[in-house]
Amino acid sequence: MSDRASFAPVCPMPADAAEEIQLAHGGGGGMTQRLIEEIFRPAFAASPGELVHDGAVLELGGARIAFTTDSYVVRPLFFPGGDIGSLAVNGTVNDLAMCGAQPLYLSLGLVLEEGLPIELLRRVVASVRCAADAAGVRVVTGDTKVVERGKGDGVYVNTAGVGLVVARRPVAPAEVRPGDVVLLSGDVGRHGVAIMSVREGLQFESAIESDCAPLAGLVLAMIEAGVELHCLRDLTRGGLATALIEIAEAGKVDIRVSEAAVAVSDPVRGACEILGLDPLYVANEGRCIAFVAPEQAERALAIMRRHPLGAGAAAIGTVEPGTGMGVVLRGLLGGSRVLDMLSGEQLPRIC
Amino acid sequence: MKFVDEYRDASAAHRYAEAIARIATRPWVIMEICGGQTHSILRHGIDRMLPTGVSLLHGPGCPVCVTPAEIIDAAIGIAGEPGVIFCSFGDMLRVPGEGGSLLAAKARGADVRIVYSPLDAVTIARANPRRQVVFFAIGFETTAPTTAMAVAQAAREDLGNFSLLVSHVLVPPAIEALLAAPDNTVQGFLAAGHVCTVMGVEAYAPLARRFGVPIVVTGFEPVDLLQGLHLCIRQLEEGRAEVENQYSRSVRAEGNQVARQLIRKVFEIRTQRWRGIGEIAASGLGLAPAYARYDALARFGRVIRPSAAEGECISGVILRGLKKPGDCPAFGTRCTPEHPLGATMVSSEGACAAYYRYRRLGTSPVAAALAEEIRR
Amino acid sequence: MCLAVPGRIESVDSGDELTRQGRVAFGGIVKQINLACVPEAGVGDYVLVHAGVALAVIDEAEASRTFAYLREIEAVDEEGP
Repeated sequence: MSDRASFAPVCPMPADAAEEIQLAHGGGGGMTQRLIEEIFRPAFAASPGELVHDGAVLELGGARIAFTTDSYVVRPLFFPGGDIGSLAVNGTVNDLAMCGAQPLYLSLGLVLEEGLPIELLRRVVASVRCAADAAGVRVVTGDTKVVERGKGDGVYVNTAGVGLVVARRPVAPAEVRPGDVVLLSGDVGRHGVAIMSVREGLQFESAIESDCAPLAGLVLAMIEAGVELHCLRDLTRGGLATALIEIAEAGKVDIRVSEAAVAVSDPVRGACEILGLDPLYVANEGRCIAFVAPEQAERALAIMRRHPLGAGAAAIGTVEPGTGMGVVLRGLLGGSRVLDMLSGEQLPRIC
Repeated sequence: MKFVDEYRDASAAHRYAEAIARIATRPWVIMEICGGQTHSILRHGIDRMLPTGVSLLHGPGCPVCVTPAEIIDAAIGIAGEPGVIFCSFGDMLRVPGEGGSLLAAKARGADVRIVYSPLDAVTIARANPRRQVVFFAIGFETTAPTTAMAVAQAAREDLGNFSLLVSHVLVPPAIEALLAAPDNTVQGFLAAGHVCTVMGVEAYAPLARRFGVPIVVTGFEPVDLLQGLHLCIRQLEEGRAEVENQYSRSVRAEGNQVARQLIRKVFEIRTQRWRGIGEIAASGLGLAPAYARYDALARFGRVIRPSAAEGECISGVILRGLKKPGDCPAFGTRCTPEHPLGATMVSSEGACAAYYRYRRLGTSPVAAALAEEIRR
Repeated sequence: MCLAVPGRIESVDSGDELTRQGRVAFGGIVKQINLACVPEAGVGDYVLVHAGVALAVIDEAEASRTFAYLREIEAVDEEGP
């Protein structure tokens, strides 16, 4: 149910009884959750377990299918390391992979703004094709609509995806157990910094590239090797911290993480230092966390590290019985602090 | 990163903390007056590394928090003018005035852009000659030279479409006002290292002498803060009240003369209202007459009127170090980062937001035990 | 206040007393920074940068004094009162 909304900042000051949709409703945080709880779940969820995860796992004719949908309204349309096209493919592929499924087919819905250069559309579509090939999926159906000039941001993309669930047991926050080890597939913060780098006034000389990538191969390698994955989550807007907080809440567990174990590349580190950003909350598009039983952790890590997208994989924390604290970060000096959900996107600061 | 990582070294930090524990024989109240220092202290848990008798207060060191609501409202009004490109540091975007925030204005269609530097706003002005570009110039003395540089460049190029909404504030007058207040409890100060990088240390000796308070110019990383605290507590224990410079790798006694000269050229000192505190004489900077044509208030015909008091929010009392965020009845309940009542909760540097992010603890017995462990 | 970060000057571009700029590296990222306030700074120097402007040259000798002071006070404490 999440959407990869634009990287424009969202207003964290909603009126208590909001009568209108505001930007914050698309932020993925508290207000999005309220929309889901107050409007979508009452309308669609047949049971409490439905509509909590990014993808749905369904029984269809004896097979277990994973089904997901996502919309992409990113600005700018093109950024170092990707564009709205590759983002759309990889985002949906990753949502399916996080259900323990092999992604197979995508639909591609486009809402185009009148006046969009056709050349730009060609570029986006070529990128979609390229990303689909790399991810091993096919775009099999689609739709195109055009809205009047001024009523759209150039291109809005919606993708829906289906895949075949190959994980033998359910992969969800409810499966997380105290004692589980949290594995992180690589360094964090690349996508968010890449997006900021093309925003006016925040340019760096050396382009940091987004980590936008399909994680299905990495996940399937572990499943095929017999690793039992209790939970998977791809890191997107809100970064590593947000993903951990969401799982702690949904799984009703505490998660202890070591700050020193979270890898941050030098360029991302430098950018975060000068912009005053906390890398733990910066967006990613090609990283995931996996929750596995402690006896499986070493093997899972070895498999991740053998995969090109998991070369920097590391164990970053452990799951503990839920006390309501949520995610506790052991800092660089050894002290601990509770990680909170951000209210709105992190903004660069000078103070 | 060189000159950063060494000052985040856990071993050196703990050794300093132990040294402090060895010399502190009684309770002391020390204030730091810099949002960046508040942030670092709470993020790294430095206050929890100190002996229980040493109390660290967080003063009005967040220029974002002390920007008067009426200035923010003026900013929003100007941003809403047709054709205006309104440039601001990210810090200011969520701070509420009386009529909402710049972020809300952006959501309603105003062209509000985040910039990393005032010089980027000048670049935008050069690139958009047919639009009025306005820069929201807030900050302490650290930021003033960067604003001055932007004004000087614009003036030299005679950029007709560039103007600034200026709300720079000065630290020493605020320290003086704090120390002179009858209910002051502060016994020692950590002065803001980056402000002093620009201005030097000469403003602090008269204050140390007059009020008998040690003032240690301190950096921002954990080891800097702990060394600064050690120097300050050592002075307090020895009964001294001097100015010392912990941050000598960046701070020279005379500061940065080029930057100070630029500030003198472009700005003049004026009385300034501090949100939650009130007027402090000679505590703000405004454009000097020679540069008055770059004043956005004049260009857009706006007049500033002090706004009414801020309801339930006790930012002012917190900013003066008289209360901690946890003392506020609304903290964490009616006032949270999602629903902030005042600037200290909205600004990521505000004491309340920092406390909320780094200190929120659960209430179950297990949580309490964990909280105790975190407190250690 | 304020966020100011040390970076290494990689190159200095031409410019006058208001516009002198250089490429400054911050742990792996390079940005154009105004160097007009630090006319004495050159390639290889570390400068403290705030909001796109370098405000000071970092003094390496002074930088190590933080750790010398730590050793001093520990030596004194070991000797006892």
